[in-house]
Amino acid sequence: MTNILIQAVLLGGYYALIACGLAFMFQVMRVINLAHGSLAVVSAYAVWSLSDTFDMSPFVALLAVVPVMGVAGWLLQRLVLERAVRGGELLPVLSTFGLAIVLDNLLFQQFGADTRSLSPMVGDLSWEAYELPGNIYVGKLPVYILIAVIVIIGGLDLLLKRTALGRQIRATATDPDTAGLVGVDARRAAGIAAALATMTVAVSGAALGLRGTFDAYAGAPQLLFAFEATIIGGARSLWGVLAGAIVLAVAQSVGAQIHPQGFLLGGHIAFLVVLFIRLALKGKAPLRLAGIAQLTRKGAAQ
Amino acid sequence: MSILRVTDLDVRYGQFRAVRDVSFNVEQGEILAIVGANGAGKTTLLRALAGANPVKAGTVQLSGTDITHMPSHLRVASGLALVPEGRKLFLDMTVEENLKLGRTVGRTGDWTVERIFETFPNLVKRRHSATGTMSGGEQQATAIGRALMSNPDVLILDEVSLGLSPLVVDQVYASLDGLLKTGTTIILVEQDLSRAMAVADRVICMLEGHVVLDSPMGETTREAITAAYFGTAPQGEHA
Amino acid sequence: MTIHRWTWQSKLTFTLAAALILILALVPAFASDSVNERLTVLFIYVILAAMWNAMAGYGGLVSIGNQLFFGLGAYMTIRLADAGINPFAAMVLGAVIVAGLSWVLSLFMLHLRAGEFAIGMWVLASIAHLCVNLDPLIQGETGTSLISLNAYAIADRRMMIFWAALIGMVGLLALLFAVLRTPSGLAMQAIRDNEEAADSIGVNPMRTKRLFFVLAGFGTAVAGALWLAQVSAFQPKTYFSVQWTAYMIFMVLVGGLGRFEGAILGALIFFAAETWFAATGVWYLIGLGAAALLFSLLLPKGLWGWIATRTGVSLMPLGYRVHMETPSK
Repeated sequence: MTNILIQAVLLGGYYALIACGLAFMFQVMRVINLAHGSLAVVSAYAVWSLSDTFDMSPFVALLAVVPVMGVAGWLLQRLVLERAVRGGELLPVLSTFGLAIVLDNLLFQQFGADTRSLSPMVGDLSWEAYELPGNIYVGKLPVYILIAVIVIIGGLDLLLKRTALGRQIRATATDPDTAGLVGVDARRAAGIAAALATMTVAVSGAALGLRGTFDAYAGAPQLLFAFEATIIGGARSLWGVLAGAIVLAVAQSVGAQIHPQGFLLGGHIAFLVVLFIRLALKGKAPLRLAGIAQLTRKGAAQ
Repeated sequence: MSILRVTDLDVRYGQFRAVRDVSFNVEQGEILAIVGANGAGKTTLLRALAGANPVKAGTVQLSGTDITHMPSHLRVASGLALVPEGRKLFLDMTVEENLKLGRTVGRTGDWTVERIFETFPNLVKRRHSATGTMSGGEQQATAIGRALMSNPDVLILDEVSLGLSPLVVDQVYASLDGLLKTGTTIILVEQDLSRAMAVADRVICMLEGHVVLDSPMGETTREAITAAYFGTAPQGEHA
Repeated sequence: MTIHRWTWQSKLTFTLAAALILILALVPAFASDSVNERLTVLFIYVILAAMWNAMAGYGGLVSIGNQLFFGLGAYMTIRLADAGINPFAAMVLGAVIVAGLSWVLSLFMLHLRAGEFAIGMWVLASIAHLCVNLDPLIQGETGTSLISLNAYAIADRRMMIFWAALIGMVGLLALLFAVLRTPSGLAMQAIRDNEEAADSIGVNPMRTKRLFFVLAGFGTAVAGALWLAQVSAFQPKTYFSVQWTAYMIFMVLVGGLGRFEGAILGALIFFAAETWFAATGVWYLIGLGAAALLFSLLLPKGLWGWIATRTGVSLMPLGYRVHMETPSK
């Protein structure tokens, strides 16, 4: 049981990594980027191609891919999101979904149906493990990924709260018009925020490839995991997203224990339950459950 | 040379002409009060000057440079800052964070976070409070401070006394007093005519988007301004 | 001042549409099998586009998960037919059950905001897919087929499916049209045209959104059942694929979001594109995605929106036209 829990937390680290870019973009630009998963897979292929062609370590390749993805994110903001957001909140959903279809199929056109993985390129690291008391083995790679996500979330958090750029990004997120009146170049701030988000996406793409295999259409499930982790975590803070990602992974692992096909279902059900409870607490789900939830809250308040 | 020169300005919301053929000049160090009834176009005019509302026709020049179609953040960088109506603070940020945002454009000048706290001593104890939790007067002081942090040549104040008690308005104006003496050019919209007449060198009265009166304060009377305000002035009143 | 709803264009449209439906009903009598089958597919596309448009274009609900209704419509048909119900009756009954389910889902899904709702629907579709896989009758991804249709001779079957699809399409379009003519339906169109105007009309947006949501659930389920009847095989992966929603989005965005005529135009364009370019495989899909991207950015009202604003043509009597007589002095 402890073992399952530890492994689930480590898996949650990966989900948090893929989710933090989505959540950051959602917080800062109020946009859910449906091409998010596809961009992660694009990054995974980019790392794979560089490593394969130049026989380099995927970690070195990632150093090259991160800035490229940053530029891609900046372009995404300038060419797509900025324009789509002006047309209301529905258009960004449609345009990023269109972009996801384009990216997925371009990848398929380029790389075909074979699955790829980065794990053969990192040698022993793909199977090396730490031994914990109680005969529990934890893979080094998942631990590195968990550390990476803690560093990334910590860094983004610090940037937002402590730096001038972070203040500008937050001001732009709250009210771009007023941000402009204060002297903030809102377009620049949004572009940088998008670039930061896609830079984390590049890292999550590499993590995807290191953990297992991927193919051209792997973006959709990554998007769903990222989305579920974000919603479960409450989408308010990035640390919440990390917590949400761990809940998602634990629910999936529990689901897998109950039924051989219960892995995905477990995560989905956790997502629905959290969603439902949240709506019920807001008094928005007009079912009896809503009444129960409010009673419990009153009870807790007394 | 006029520091701000507005020529035949036309601003629209869809089909509605909120500001029509407005022209006026503001001299360096002058304090200009704009008065007029609700819906006369004052706020729209100020927002257009600051770059928050697009201009349909006409030009705005700041120190001789055409800024008519310049994005708002570049206007701040050029030395024009607006304290918007309703204050528009970033409510989840602290006073200090709001003030620091004001220095984004990095214009050099006298204003620092510390000097803002000297000017508005009531903010000192609120330094690390989220502005969303503060009183109207404290919020207004923060909004003015935030605009000052860009060290503007022209400061535009839109209804700084709106929603504040007379006592707090007195405090706000008292703290502005020092500023008024430093030679910064100020444009202010003020509902309280007596107060506007007390601080301003010149007054512009707007009615239905037009300028119906533009006169040095010494050369006009309360009666003339009131008449212009309600549209009862004889034709040809404005200079 | 006089207020018109029926323009001469819309009167002409209705006459032509009635004639067209009559001709279409007679097609099986003289056309080849493959023409019949392709037309059946077209009818299903029109249903899919019109239903997605009902949600997104009128209800303001952009969903990436309408394959949920599509797949469940087919699955319910399989289940009910397996229980001994006539397959055609099972199609209708299955869609009614899906409509009921969509009502339940609407109780909490409609509280989600734009992007959250969009992916939330996708998650629901994924859940439904996984649950259907657990049903032993379906045999996981291997799937099953609508065997009871084999009771009909192949020629009869093809004809019946054709008519079922035609009736389904005409019926659902008529239903959507009727909903749009109700005060709430008109209000939702007003929102599309002018947010401020809609504020003052005073409709309950939640009730109206629910109406469009349940209608789309029902209609998309009908389309899923029809598709099942047409191809006979049921593999969960195919039916619960997000590709269906990609098609819907393409059709509606290209045709015209929030335009009754737009969804039909979009379905025709998609049908033509599929007929000509589907053989190019991946590039065809890239083209669909690129078209959705470009239309959403450059022409968000779609081709019909563009035509209608340019020319003032209105084929469907869904709005009002106010004609002011020039006052004579």
